[in-house]
Amino acid sequence: MPSLLILLPLLGIIVLNLPLGNIMRRAAFSFAFCLFLIQIALAVFHYPGLWTNQLNAVDTFFKVTFSVDHLSFIVLLSIGIVSLTSLVVGRYTIKDDNDRFNFINLLIIASIGMCGIVMVRDIFSLYVFLEVTAVSAFILIAFEKQRPALEGAFKYIVMSAIATVMMLSAIALILLTTGDTSFDSIRQALFASNNNFIVKLAVGLFVCGLFIKGGLVPFHGWLPDAYSEAPSAVSVLLAGIITKVSGIYTLIRLVTAVFGFTVGIKSALLLIGIVSMLFGAFAALTQNNFKRMLAYSSISQVGYIIAGLGTGIALGVVGAIFHFFNHAIFKSLLFVNSAAVEKQTGTTDMNKMGGLSQNMPITGATSLVGFLSTSGIPPLAGFWSKLMIIIALWMSGHYAYAAIAVLTSVLTLAYLLTMQRKVFFGKLVDAFKNIKETEAGFAAVAIILALLTIGVGVFFPVVFNIYLKAFVR
Amino acid sequence: MILDKLLLIALVFAALWTVMTRSLLKAALGLAVTSAMIAIVLFRLDSPLAGVFELSVCAGLITAVFISAISLMKPLTHKETIALSKARIKRYWFLPVIIAAVACIFSKSAIPTGIRVLPQAVELNVQEVLWNSRSLDLFGQIVIVLAGVFGTVILFRENNKK
Repeated sequence: MPSLLILLPLLGIIVLNLPLGNIMRRAAFSFAFCLFLIQIALAVFHYPGLWTNQLNAVDTFFKVTFSVDHLSFIVLLSIGIVSLTSLVVGRYTIKDDNDRFNFINLLIIASIGMCGIVMVRDIFSLYVFLEVTAVSAFILIAFEKQRPALEGAFKYIVMSAIATVMMLSAIALILLTTGDTSFDSIRQALFASNNNFIVKLAVGLFVCGLFIKGGLVPFHGWLPDAYSEAPSAVSVLLAGIITKVSGIYTLIRLVTAVFGFTVGIKSALLLIGIVSMLFGAFAALTQNNFKRMLAYSSISQVGYIIAGLGTGIALGVVGAIFHFFNHAIFKSLLFVNSAAVEKQTGTTDMNKMGGLSQNMPITGATSLVGFLSTSGIPPLAGFWSKLMIIIALWMSGHYAYAAIAVLTSVLTLAYLLTMQRKVFFGKLVDAFKNIKETEAGFAAVAIILALLTIGVGVFFPVVFNIYLKAFVR
Repeated sequence: MILDKLLLIALVFAALWTVMTRSLLKAALGLAVTSAMIAIVLFRLDSPLAGVFELSVCAGLITAVFISAISLMKPLTHKETIALSKARIKRYWFLPVIIAAVACIFSKSAIPTGIRVLPQAVELNVQEVLWNSRSLDLFGQIVIVLAGVFGTVILFRENNKK
């Protein structure tokens, strides 16, 4: 069954690109929409029989083996939701039919790469799917061929190449010392290796490579340019899920299942997490560009995830995983709102805006939900995950880090409140007196994401019992 | 052993030349020479098939594609070329220094313990590795090629409307 999440989209791309005229181009959106919707449904109602049934005939024929667990379900659900959001945003923001068709193809390929990352249990296969995702992301960023976007894509390529060199070197060293690349073999060999220098070097290189992929400080140079200069639909995808799966999910998976919580890894994660959290928040405070501010905010929020993971205790890891999901939802929501504002006003400069809520009430209201959740205001989803991370920091004896996490939450509230005030509150700017709310479909996506943020927060006990309890056990 | 060292030194010089040269064409040729050096090193490390792949794909096919693309581009004027060359030397002066420092460190340090030769890697043939034990990676490669095709179509296609 898991292999179908990879094989079906690939088969779909091949069929969509058959020379059958415009029929296939028209069917592309519907196909991708159904594909992501099915993925969401399968991840939400993760009926064990459906997922554990390996559909032997398919798997044997293609000789592929994937596996899923509770963490995979949460990440697959996030991938489905954000990809669907990006697809709908792309429908309204990419005007040219050919461009939109190519965007949908690349979106599906990126989704294949991300699902592959989530379901493989071999470090070299993981690298291959990381590259699938990265290659599609480079092209998507440079999609409109504008100079700033090309520059953003180029920075991402260069930094990704450095990460690739680090990860490939690490894989080579791991292969030399363990003799295999499967997660299980590596874990057993690492425990037996008695922490020799080569093993430490390999783990260090791989973790640094993932820090670059995740855009964490001090490896974040590419991220603000890539997020802010990419087309709106791509910004949603990049900020919502691509960097999270490539860098952060991979880090969570490898640390919890392969490398283990050694003192060195925990210290590095905590330090990088706290620095990213603070740096991202302070940098976001100084931004005037809507998308750039959200990009720095992403660095800060990812810092929370890494700090939670760095505590090494069950509550911290659960908090990190939950914040991963929440961040995918509320950051996608805020990027959808920025896309709506950019589409209607033609600018992302917050100093030129004001009072847009009057003419764009849905965008303004959903943005309020997104920013309150990001700031960790109860009872929204972001509150619970941040609370878990802060308590985990306190319980693990990192009192100063817990205090910094609380302080950063206040900073988050400050810069997002500034954004809300500059863009949506106050008197409507004369230049935008005639603007209207975005199309119904576009607004519907923002409403659904906002409801999801509220629902997950209000029904937190239910969500915890169904999706998160397994990690505590 | 001396031959291996000479090959590695030549490899480093070819790579440096690729980065520092002022002509795009010379850079493409420098990359081909670098790949050829890597191919020889791979042959000497008893990995003939990896060497063949490196030589045919990286030194051969990719160089041909690069040179074809360069031939379609408008060349820079002599003045622009010299200006860019000077800027590049200023920007990357530290590269040879880093390489020399790393080479010194590694040549002085002993081979770390804990490294072993993989018997199964020697026993398995390429067909077995590609189609059976690493078929998932091959599948991933196919998807990457597909993404590359879309990238070429999107980034290098001229828009007729413009």
